[in-house]
Amino acid sequence: MEDTAVPEGARAYLDAATAAPLHPVAREALLAALADGWADPDRLYADGRRARRLLEAAQAATAESLGVRPDELSFWPSGTAAVHAAVLGGLAGRERAGRTLVHSAIEHSAVLHAAARHGDAAEVGVDLLGRLDLDGWRAAVQRPGVALASLISASHEVGTVQPVAAAAEACAEAGVPLFVDAAQSAGHAEIPPGWSLLSASAHKWGGPPGVGVLVVRKGTRWRSPYPGDDLYRPRPQGAPDLPAIVAAAASLRAAMAEAATEAVRLSALVERIRETVRGKVPDVEVVGDPVQRLPHLVTFSCLYVDGEALLHALDRRGFAVSSGSSCTASTLRPSHVLEAMGVLSHGNVRVSLHRGTTEADVDRFLAVLPGLVAEIRAEAGM
Amino acid sequence: MITIDCLGRRCPLPVIALARRIREVEVGDVVRVLADDPAAANDIPAWCRMKDQEFLGSPEPDAFDVRRVS
Repeated sequence: MEDTAVPEGARAYLDAATAAPLHPVAREALLAALADGWADPDRLYADGRRARRLLEAAQAATAESLGVRPDELSFWPSGTAAVHAAVLGGLAGRERAGRTLVHSAIEHSAVLHAAARHGDAAEVGVDLLGRLDLDGWRAAVQRPGVALASLISASHEVGTVQPVAAAAEACAEAGVPLFVDAAQSAGHAEIPPGWSLLSASAHKWGGPPGVGVLVVRKGTRWRSPYPGDDLYRPRPQGAPDLPAIVAAAASLRAAMAEAATEAVRLSALVERIRETVRGKVPDVEVVGDPVQRLPHLVTFSCLYVDGEALLHALDRRGFAVSSGSSCTASTLRPSHVLEAMGVLSHGNVRVSLHRGTTEADVDRFLAVLPGLVAEIRAEAGM
Repeated sequence: MITIDCLGRRCPLPVIALARRIREVEVGDVVRVLADDPAAANDIPAWCRMKDQEFLGSPEPDAFDVRRVS
C-alpha cells in the first residue's frame, strides 16, 4: 500500500550533491538543442556544421565559466568518465617521470578505482574535520617516481573544502601536475588556481546527467588511456550528447551567476541544520569543517541508528537524502571518507541543498528528524 | 573484563551492545567486543571518542577493547 505520510506537494529533495534538479535554463537549452543539435558535429555538411557551432559555443561558454581556454576543455559522458580520463591520461602522460599517483584519502571512489587499475598509489590522510594533512602531502609529492597528484576540491561526503592552493604550490615545487576533482565546487564555490587538470559533472550544478567536463591546461602532459584515439587533445570516443552538453554549458553560466547569492542563502540554511541537529538530536556528530565547507552540504551521524532505516523513514516523510553508512552503499563497507576521518559511519545522513530548496523545506526536515531518530533508537532498545 | 560476542551482527548492533553492556562493569574495567562487521573497527573508536570512554585498541582481528572511564 502507498504510504500516505507525506502531505500533498510536501516532498523535499535534499540530495543535490548526487544530482541537482535540472536548472530551468538547462531545460530550455536542452529543448532548443534537441531541435538544432542532433547531427554529428564532425560532419562537413550544413547540419553537421550547425552542430559543430553549437558544440564550440558550449565549449567556449564552459571554458569562460571555468576561466580556461576553450581548447583546454573537453566534454565526457559523465563526471566519472572525466575523472577516469584525468587520472589515467595524466598518469600515462607522465610515464617517464614515474608511476605513482599521490591522492587524498577522501577522493571520490572514481579516483580510487582508476588508481587501483593503474597500480602505484600513495594515500595522504585527513584530520577529524576532513582536512588534508598538508605536511604529509608535501612529503608525498616530493618522493621520487610521482607522476600525478589528485585532490578533491571539497569533500562530496562531508563538504570540507580542501586547501587546493597550498596543495598546488607543493605540487609545483615538486614538479608534479595536480588533478582537482571539482565536481562539488563547480557552479557552487570558488576553485583556486594552480592545478593542471580539473574535472566536473554537469548534474551536480543543475545541468543534465551524462555530461562530464575535463580541463587539461596547456603544457600538461596527457595521453589518452583509451583505444582508437589519435587526436592531439583529450576527447572521448564516439558522438557527443550535444543537446545535453549545450544544456550543461548554459546551466553552468546560470548557476555561476547565482552562486554568490545562493551560497549566502544556502550556507545560512546549512548552519541552521548544523545547529538544530546538534541541539535537538542527542548523541549526534555533525561532521566536516564548520567554516571551510561547501555552502550547500551538511553531514551528520546518529549513534545507535541504522542509516538505511533512517533514510527510508525520511523518504516516507517526503525527504530525499543520502547516507555514507555501509548498509546503504553498494558494498558492505562504510564510507572510506568517514573512515579516513575517523568519525562515526553508522546512522549517517548527508543533506545537500539546491536553488529550489526553501527555508520551509529545511524547517520541516528539522521538525521531523529528531522524532524519527528517537523512534529508530527506541526500536533498537536504546 | 566482559566479552560481548557480536560476530555476524551488522553495525550499529555491536555499538548498541557495547553501550548497553559497558554499564555492567566498574569504572576502570575493560569490555571486549567481538565484531566482524567492517564498520566496527571505525565505529567503536568513534563511539569511545563521542562518549568519553577509552579505546584500548584491537588485540586481535575482530576484537576491540574499551575501558570504561566514566
